[in-house]
Amino acid sequence: MRSSFSLILLAHIFYNTTIVIRIVGNALSRLDPKLEAAARSLGADTFHVWKNITLPLLRPSLLAAALLVFMFDFTSFGVILLLGGSNFSTLEVEIYLRVLKLPNLPLAALLSIIQLIFTLIFSILYTRTINQVTTQTAPRFSTSRPPKNHPRKNLRYHFLHSAFLFFFLPLISLPIRSLTRLEADRGQRGEVQYGFTTDYYKELFINRRGSLFYVPPIQAAANSLGYASVTVFLSLALGYPAAYALAKPTRLEKFLDPLIMLPLGSSAVMLGLGFIISFGRSLASPWFVPIAHTLVALPFVIRTLQPALASIPERLRQAASTLGASPFRVWQTVDFPILSRATLSAATFAFTVSLGEFGATLLLTRPEYPTIPIAIQRFLSQPGGLNFGQAMAMATLLMLLTTLAILAIEKLRLSDSGEF
Amino acid sequence: MLEVRNIFKTYENKPLLRGISFSVAQGETICLLGASGSGKSTLLRMIAGLEFPESGQFLFNQIDLAQTPPHLRDFGLVFQDYGLFPHLNIFDNIAFGLKMRNVPAETIKPRVAEMLDLVNLTGFENRKVTDLSGGEQQRVALARALAPSPRLLMFDEPLGALDKSLKEDLLNQIRAILHKTKIPAIYVTHDQDEAFTIADRILFLHDGEIIRDGTPDEVWNSPNSVHAARMLGMGNTLEGRMKNAEGGMINVETRFGMFKAECNHNHSAGDKVSLLIRQSGEGEEIKLTVEDVLFDRDQFQVKTGSGLVIHMKDAPQVGEIIRVRVKVECLA
Repeated sequence: MRSSFSLILLAHIFYNTTIVIRIVGNALSRLDPKLEAAARSLGADTFHVWKNITLPLLRPSLLAAALLVFMFDFTSFGVILLLGGSNFSTLEVEIYLRVLKLPNLPLAALLSIIQLIFTLIFSILYTRTINQVTTQTAPRFSTSRPPKNHPRKNLRYHFLHSAFLFFFLPLISLPIRSLTRLEADRGQRGEVQYGFTTDYYKELFINRRGSLFYVPPIQAAANSLGYASVTVFLSLALGYPAAYALAKPTRLEKFLDPLIMLPLGSSAVMLGLGFIISFGRSLASPWFVPIAHTLVALPFVIRTLQPALASIPERLRQAASTLGASPFRVWQTVDFPILSRATLSAATFAFTVSLGEFGATLLLTRPEYPTIPIAIQRFLSQPGGLNFGQAMAMATLLMLLTTLAILAIEKLRLSDSGEF
Repeated sequence: MLEVRNIFKTYENKPLLRGISFSVAQGETICLLGASGSGKSTLLRMIAGLEFPESGQFLFNQIDLAQTPPHLRDFGLVFQDYGLFPHLNIFDNIAFGLKMRNVPAETIKPRVAEMLDLVNLTGFENRKVTDLSGGEQQRVALARALAPSPRLLMFDEPLGALDKSLKEDLLNQIRAILHKTKIPAIYVTHDQDEAFTIADRILFLHDGEIIRDGTPDEVWNSPNSVHAARMLGMGNTLEGRMKNAEGGMINVETRFGMFKAECNHNHSAGDKVSLLIRQSGEGEEIKLTVEDVLFDRDQFQVKTGSGLVIHMKDAPQVGEIIRVRVKVECLA
């Protein structure tokens, strides 16, 4: 039990560290290097620069990162469901259990409301702090370059090395395990066999159970890609107007800002429950899944589009129109080229969110349309080396698709639109 | 006091500074004048210890600074965009250097007030950085650098972001403060007006080398190079070919005819020479056709057909032919 607690903790640290790195790293890169230079010339040594300048200036983004991580883990689902057991169940897992395993919809709804209140509070706190982060931005026209051959670099390298091991090992172990045989022969109590195998991948294409509803696992990948495409389309269609509204907010829209961020913290399972209560489980349509994914992805999409929109100085539009451009031409020649990269990166965000989404999908999916995460969960919940191997193979596939999408984001990312 | 010895530095594999040497004496203000990208800010950052040269030495009172980290050098630095700490108020910004030196709190308070008096911002202690105008922020930055009484003050284009009248105002304040405190200073700028106002000595930085080093008055009277002449806004430079020497003067053939020029270089006949042509009471008389007349405070700037620009008390007519006396010097 102790060990599963540490495992849960480790897993959460694993996928949240990147969030912290992203938010704090972004703030760090925007710190004016001149401030450090000024502090050093005024007699501050490395420690005092860090304590008196860097840390206080990073405080809002540290707080924002902490709140976001707290919000994510408050509604943690997949990891707990797979690693936890009843002792460690979160509100989210409890809601899921009250819907599917021990049906008690009123209790599930009550738990959801409790969770919703908490996430709403965190959303409001988060939007407040993140706004502070963006107002404390360093002057943009800074000409000074960060000093080279800095002695502290060595320390940074050591940190990166150990971080690399921590993050790389779990990820690399998936594809390795998916290609390694580590099981007893079927039906025999023989020796455990080791060796290289591609069987797990081959099995993905075979419908072993011959059931009417059961589809070959590889079909799950096709479903995932289909859902992801619909999610991209829907979330952009909804995200654009919202981002435009938030880029020049009126008072009402400022008030609505945390509400738009709400799905970020509000849980996927809760979303699923909402759909079930509203439409009834029997009515479940395959469309529910991409719609739920859209709601989960929307905050990411808006948070990517909004800074890009806000970064377009009004002067550019005014200049274009005084030069004779019609409003449409202004949009076409000024807004669009700047937004196209943000749009692509928002689309990729939506795509990856949809690929990896688990909680809402688990509640809403119909057995004949599984997604990759659902397929992984199905394999993991069945005994045997073959099932485990196939889970690894599916996970590797998911990792591959996500990596491709993330690489695309990194290529396209506007250098200063990293906040979500 | 400060001695800079043979500094070399490359930036992105291109030589930026190629053997810079100069020194700054007690109470002296020197001005590094150079175009943007000429490496003047890098030189300042190296003196401050924030960057390192590939070779060369910085000495202060004969002591090599190579092993002294920036926070122990005790050199004040003032930036173009101020570099005030946005999370601290004015008091804490100015007190920063004193706190780093563990000055007791009861000494800090009057010292900060004294500094604010010095820069005409009495009573600004509790204001926020963001509430101040550009000129006020720059004065706070100056007060912050001055508060710990540094051994040397460095200014990196401190007035670049300010408008003209504010610039002159602040420049005079900085000049007065430097004279009063006797702190040696290095002032970096690309604006020759600032340089002439503030400097005891001007150093021209061009192509990674110091091409001219002298008092404002020496530099103005003999810039000694085309680049220095252009940087000083002396405009009238002319290319020609030397014809022959004649009693300490040389005759130079240009597209406007023959000029007699003073020269202390070793030219031989046929060499390419650059001339500086300045209006003067005595000297050769030349004829010029007026092309355009511009109002310039108490006189008129006259552009002529030859490309020469001269100044006149009374505005001539466009197209008129005028006679002016000019002094011709050989620059290189």
